Amino acid sequence: MSAADTTTPAKVPPRRQSPPPPAVAKKQKKPKKTPRDRTASGARGLPWLLLAPCLLILALVLGYPMVRLVILSFREFGQSQLWGFQPAEWVGLDNFTKVLGDGEFWRVVVRTIVFAAGCVIFTMVIGMLIALLLQRVSGWVKTLVNIALVASWGMPIIVATTVFKWLFDADYGILNALLSRLPGVEMTGHNWFASGREGLAVIMLLVVWGAVPFVVITLSAGLTQVPKELEEAARLDGAGAWGVFRYVTLPILKPIIVMLTTLSVIWDMGVFPQVFVMRGGHPEAEFQLLTTYSYDRAFVVNDYAQGSAIALLTVALLLGVVAVYMRQMLKIGEVE
Amino acid sequence: MSTLVPQPPRKSKAGWNLLGLLVFLTAGFPVYWMLNTAFKPEKDAIDPDPSLLPTSLTFSNFGRALDIADFWGPVGRSLIVSLAVVVIGMVVGLLAALAISRFAFRGRKIVIVGILAVQMVPLVAMIIPVFLLLNDLGQYDRLSGLIITYLTFVLPFTVWTLRGFIVNIPKELEEAAMVDGCTRAGAFVRVVFPLLAPGMVATSVYAFIQAWNEYLYALMLLSQNNQTATVWLSNFSTKHGTEYAPMMAGATMMAVPIVVLFLLVQRKMAAGLTAGAVKG
Repeated sequence: MSAADTTTPAKVPPRRQSPPPPAVAKKQKKPKKTPRDRTASGARGLPWLLLAPCLLILALVLGYPMVRLVILSFREFGQSQLWGFQPAEWVGLDNFTKVLGDGEFWRVVVRTIVFAAGCVIFTMVIGMLIALLLQRVSGWVKTLVNIALVASWGMPIIVATTVFKWLFDADYGILNALLSRLPGVEMTGHNWFASGREGLAVIMLLVVWGAVPFVVITLSAGLTQVPKELEEAARLDGAGAWGVFRYVTLPILKPIIVMLTTLSVIWDMGVFPQVFVMRGGHPEAEFQLLTTYSYDRAFVVNDYAQGSAIALLTVALLLGVVAVYMRQMLKIGEVE
Repeated sequence: MSTLVPQPPRKSKAGWNLLGLLVFLTAGFPVYWMLNTAFKPEKDAIDPDPSLLPTSLTFSNFGRALDIADFWGPVGRSLIVSLAVVVIGMVVGLLAALAISRFAFRGRKIVIVGILAVQMVPLVAMIIPVFLLLNDLGQYDRLSGLIITYLTFVLPFTVWTLRGFIVNIPKELEEAAMVDGCTRAGAFVRVVFPLLAPGMVATSVYAFIQAWNEYLYALMLLSQNNQTATVWLSNFSTKHGTEYAPMMAGATMMAVPIVVLFLLVQRKMAAGLTAGAVKG
């Protein structure tokens, strides 16, 4: 969802069997003193009480719809069911077989995977290069780059999309004007969105532009924790710049990289507003990604059941990545 | 960079700096061009061979942007929704964060895994059932429906982030206060809360930005008459073709407050982010 989703606290302080507190204190205060003490009476219900509002909201607006999404995908659910004219009949796996048997669906799947892979790879590689570069530049350059990065990170996605639409405008866009100034290039009036390939490349650029700052800032912070002594030792042993990076920096940064990559995959598979707004609310067939395709099925074709089936299949595609991310999170979070 | 290994400093640094400046120009260009277009006369904006540097300064685009469609209505609605989400989210989130960071209880791990997992559900996938649910509850086209929906994606993140901040406050402080005669609640209010405040501010601002920037649900769950700021901006081009200069003025008005807020909390959030990551 956002950058700080990955906020990882320092380790939980080791469980400490503190020496029995002074008897006086114990006598006058409640026995809840050591919160980890499971046997402490009365404390047992408290955490659940504290959690209750949170769990209630999540169950109502997330849990219930999630169950509903699954049920929906096994039913027939269109306009007439929405208005209650007809009961929603169970159709078993019909929706899935219909979706999976559709060549269009598979084209969308391949397009989505290629698109997301491109976004993730470019984001990670460019992010890493900029983070490494920032270690080598003077302070004032670093500040300038950081300002630009934070500004582009903070830009609301809709604003960024609108700005890119303007940059790539066929007639008055600055990009075509600049390219046309190059000798031998005539780009005035070139429509970047005439073909899905070029259009999605522009959208990929937009996604990468928005995602790189988070990666750079996180990796930069990680790089400061790479011990200088290790790098020097490697260098003295004859490692070149690449060797130091490959055998010292990279292994140390691995947890962060795994986390950033999995997060990027999850985010980039879920790209929606960028495509949707860029194409004025009606993405053409060549622009459809799984997210917009599911939306299209549900709200344009009014087949909510098939839309749900597509959404479920998207989630299933992501499960593996989510598992890796969760494992990493739990490892870092040191959840006992 | 290092003191032990002498590096040829001056010469190579200039090369890196040049590269750094290039990164600065590329990354910053879209933002610059947005501002540039917003403040230039509309006829200059549709010059087929535009000048890269600012030519003349005008505010007329902002006036035009405000005229084209009601601006303050959507902004007001966005504010109501975002503030409500922040207030409710922080209270509910703080309670939950306390539970999972300060208590050991059966099922704690499952709750944590659940909260983390919930974050991973792609929101786009949920739009269909959420739309149907709110439709059934009579909450379609109501701000309250949007608020409760936003809570579900702000909450997991709030809980997780606050948990991170709480865990960093030594439990011994609380215990000392309790030894000195504070109740558990008293110890929290007097000792933990002041230490937690900066983290809470950062988390709130972040949650605010999330709610303010959301687009898809705002589009689907509210009708035209009740649109929020993001939807307002994305609808800009409908009137008489696209008027880019006022559109960039509108974009500027939406982006500047958010970017400023973002700048304020970014450092804190990014620091919390990596504090434990490498050690893991």
